[in-house]
Order: sequence, then C-alpha cells, then structure tokens
Amino acid sequence: MNMNKLLLLLFTVVNVYPAFCQDAATIMDRVDRNLSSDNRVFESSMVIHGKRNDRTVTSKTYAAGYKKSFTEYLTPPREQGTKMLKLDDQLWIYSPSTDRTIQIAGHMLRQSVMGSDLSYEDMMEDRKLTEVYDANLSGEETIAERKAFVLVLTAKVTDAAYHKRKMWVDAERYVPLQEELYAKSGQLLKRTVLSEVKQISGRWYPTKIVFKDMLKDGEGTEFIITNIKFNQKIPDYIFTKAALKK
Amino acid sequence: MISLKLAYRNLTGAGLRTWLNVTVLSFAYVVIIFHQGLIDGWHRQGLRDLTEWEVAGGQLWHPSYDRYDPMTFQDAHGVINGRIPGYVKSKLAVPVLVVQGTAYPQGRLQSIILKGIDRSQSLVKLPSSALAGDSGKINAVIGTRMAKSLKAEKGDYILIRWRDKNGAFDAAEIYIAEIFKCDVPSVDIGQIWVPLDKLQEMTGLHNEATMFIVSDQYKASDTDGWKFKEKAYLTKELDELIQAKRGGGMILQGILLIIALLAIFDTQVLSIFRRQREIGTYIAFGMTRYQVVGIFTVEGAAHSIFAAVLGALYGIPLFIYLYYHGITFGLGDMGLTLAETLYPYYSLQLIVITVAVVVIAATIVSFLPARKIAKMKPTDALKGKLQ
Repeated sequence: MNMNKLLLLLFTVVNVYPAFCQDAATIMDRVDRNLSSDNRVFESSMVIHGKRNDRTVTSKTYAAGYKKSFTEYLTPPREQGTKMLKLDDQLWIYSPSTDRTIQIAGHMLRQSVMGSDLSYEDMMEDRKLTEVYDANLSGEETIAERKAFVLVLTAKVTDAAYHKRKMWVDAERYVPLQEELYAKSGQLLKRTVLSEVKQISGRWYPTKIVFKDMLKDGEGTEFIITNIKFNQKIPDYIFTKAALKK
Repeated sequence: MISLKLAYRNLTGAGLRTWLNVTVLSFAYVVIIFHQGLIDGWHRQGLRDLTEWEVAGGQLWHPSYDRYDPMTFQDAHGVINGRIPGYVKSKLAVPVLVVQGTAYPQGRLQSIILKGIDRSQSLVKLPSSALAGDSGKINAVIGTRMAKSLKAEKGDYILIRWRDKNGAFDAAEIYIAEIFKCDVPSVDIGQIWVPLDKLQEMTGLHNEATMFIVSDQYKASDTDGWKFKEKAYLTKELDELIQAKRGGGMILQGILLIIALLAIFDTQVLSIFRRQREIGTYIAFGMTRYQVVGIFTVEGAAHSIFAAVLGALYGIPLFIYLYYHGITFGLGDMGLTLAETLYPYYSLQLIVITVAVVVIAATIVSFLPARKIAKMKPTDALKGKLQ
C-alpha cells in the first residue's frame, strides 16, 4: 500500500466515522421527537394469531411519558373491563371477574399478555433509546419500498434488556420501519415491523406494529392504533391504583 | 371358658349367617390394613426419595429464597463465602443456583427454572456427572416429566432464554445429556439442571448460589447468614399430604367397619329375640343375668376373632404379594411425591391396632343389644313370651 492510499484510508476513518456517529445520534433524536410526547391517549386493536384461530383485543390507553400508562380492555367480552396500570417499574392488573387487583412481578412478567407475542416485561421497558444505547449508522437499505438508515444500537448501560438492537429508520420521515432485538449471545429474539405511517398532529407515526417473538412459532401479534391523540389533558387519578376498580 | 365354648358352638351352629358376618368383617380388616399399609408405604418411599433426590440432610437457603414463591428467585442469591467454601470442599454442602428462564421447544414458549449444580456432587442422586462435557456446550439433565412436557429426548438441543444479573436477555441452546427418572416432582417438573459454573457464567453471578444441599454430617450451628432448613421442614409437605390421605381413608374404612358392625348388631338382636327360651334356661340353671349377657357379648365379639382368622387366610398371601410386587399407578404428573409403583408397608403396630379396634368395636356392638337380657323376666323368657 503506498503512502497516498494509506493517507486516504486514514482520512476516511478519521472524518467519515465520526460523521456516521453524529448522523446516528441525530437520527435517533429525530425518531425520539416523532415517537415521544408528554402524553398520549389512543385506542388500539391487538390481533393475536393463534394456531387455530385469531383473536382481536381492543383497548384504550392513557400514557404519560414512558413511565406511566393505564389501559382498559374494551373487547372481547371476556377481557372487557380488565385494566392494567404501569407506574415506573411496577405493573398491576385488575380483573373484573374476580374484582381483584394483582401485581405482576417475578416470573409472571415473563408471561404473554393475553396470549400475544408481547410479554409483560416487554411493556416495562420505559427508557428512551438514547439513554440506554449507543447508536451507529451502519448503512442504508430499502425496506418496504422506502429508503431507510440502518442503525445498530449497542447497550451502553449494563441493565439494558436487549444487548443489541438493529433498527431500520425511514430516511425521510424518521420513523422506525423495522427493529430487531438481540440477546447478548447474538441470538435474534424479537422482530418488530412498523407500517402504515401517518402524519398525526404534525408528526409521523406508525399505526401498525407487528411483534414477532423469533424463538416462537406463529405469525406474531399485530398492534393497530385506530385513534391517537397527543398532549391531551389526562387527570392525575387515572394513574392511581384506585382507578383500576372504577 | 364356658362362654367361649358356648360362643363357638352357637356361632358354628348358626352356619351361613355367621359366615356372612365374618366374611364382611374380614373385608373390613383386610381393607383397613391394605389402605393404611399403602399410605405408610407411600410415606416411607416418599421420604426416602425426597432425601435421596432433593433434601439429603437439609438445606441452607439464601435469606431471600423461598422455594414456594418464584417471585423471590430473582434476588435470592449470595456469594459463597465464610465457612461455606470449606463445607463445599469437604462435600458436606453442594451449592445450587436457581434462575428463572424460558425454554422454546419446537417453537413453543415454556417457563422453566434453571438450576445450576456441581457436576461432581454425590450428595443427591441427580445424574450430575452427565453435566460434564466440552466447554462450548451447555449440557443439561432433565427428568422424565420435564422431557415429556418439552417433548425432548436425550441428545436433543433446546433453545433457552434467561436474564443475566443486570436483567439483560441472553439465549443459547442447551444439550440434553441425560434424562433421569425420579419420583420427586420438585426436581423434575419445570426444572432444567445445568452445570453450576456454566450458569454462574451465563448470569454473571460468579461464585454465587441460591441454596446449598447439605449432608447429614453438617452441623447447623454455623450458617454464615444462610437459613438452615432441616429435613423435617423440607418434607413437611409430604407429611401433611399423607396425614390428609390417611384422614380421608379413615372415613371410608369407618363406613366399611360400620356396615360390618351393623350386621353383627342385627344378628345379636335377632339371636336375643329368637333364643329367649335358651336365655330363660341359662338363668333357671343358676346363671346370673350378667353372665348370660356375657355369653351373648362374647358370641358377638367372637365374630371379630373368626373374621381376623378368615382375613388372615386370604389377606396375608395378598399382602405378601403386594409387599414384593407393589401396585403400579403409572407416572404421576400431579406434582406429588408419588412413586410409579407403591409398595405397601405393614407394621406390627398397624396390624395390632386394627385387630384391637375391630375386636373392641365388635364387642361393644354385641354388648349393646345383649343388655336387654338383664331386663328379662326369667319365667317369661322360659315360656318364650315376647318382652
């Protein structure tokens, strides 16, 4: 290798690598701006694909930041009236059939939410990605006919649930289109595909998310947001245990 | 003596009626001894299995650990220090690390408990030597119930997922090196046994354990902050179950005994009614009323002696056969410490108590109708008048 080539390589490493890193941070920041809000109220349908049949569970959720959320299940009749409250790292479920509120903890957190590909502990992830991961832009790809940045997120804290994530972010709208979650060993654990991106209250937001536990058979679980409103006035009592029994 | 002779002659003279009573009562004997023997056999086998597979001489638990509460598992682990490493080295204690996880057999999701145990241990019968293998592979041993639920066979690979000490997910394939058969469900159902050092490495819990299984020679005086659970505490669940089963069985045995005793009672009432002239004659010959009551009471009670002899005739060969061959109930998945084949155990105490209870009960039910004799007028009795 002659000197000119070596200098060119050095120039590339020194200049282009930080540019990529800076881009990744900017992308993450723009993604955060699209997805996060002070609070949001949304109605959703969760389509759970079973071995024999599919089930649809509809719910209404009130969420403030990442730490607080309150969900009331509306249909089917069997789940109607079931409520779920998440405050920081604690989760409670109220079941109208038993009129009891139970805290979901320990091994119960690993159980599936109503038979879906989501576990309760997946719902407990409440930190911004930028707080937990260092992002690197690894390239660009076309996904779902959209140009996307490929970000590789590596945990910068020891208590991150997933050691590595790979995220495909729409290069124009700054919305994630696909995400893969990896174990420390490198095993792919979950894949999330986000689609039907709509402009709502001046931001791009995916209204359909398909969660797939990659270790499990099945078609995954579809999460469809049918109605969402950002920055609403949510009364404080909603985020209390008393609200579960109302 | 005369009472016994008369009782014998009257009973043999009564023919079929006596033999029906005696046969029913002998069933009561055999069923009571069989059932209690079966429960005692179950208890003995259960205690032996628990000791050999799980309890040994007791356990030392991390202060936060409660085996009945899986919510405690996440934080229930501590560094093996103080005098404990000495106990481990001298084979007085075997460390076990307990971690929750998820298995994905054939694309299904199944909650599991991962238990790490020393490969070289010999305190419990778990085939931990099968955990030894090349360092790149995670060898695991599981019980037959767990193998059935995972639909796994020896030599299969199963993907498992767990969280390390910081909560980060990790996943790897384990190799089923051995499938063991044991009658203690708490070391089988939902459990996957892996090498302790591997599990410590997988979770980042280096040199940590959740509990220790200790030998009989371990002295509980120095526990270094770990909670000592004695054998009686660890087998309490089985003891309580056996007590409950024994209680439930006693109700059925009581019903059977009552039916047999009712037959004796009925026979006594009929005898006294039909043998009034005989009663009158005894009194006329100089017997007191209570001596006559005694004759009839002994006669009734003699049913139980005959029944004991008859029961022994067919019961003893049956019990001996069952003692050696046992009764096979199949592999239980009910979470009970219950062997596939139970061998009844008949103690001398059981046999003596059963015979005594039946004889005393038969004597009482024979005496009750015979009391009527004491109120009889001898002259009317001689005439055979209804009184």
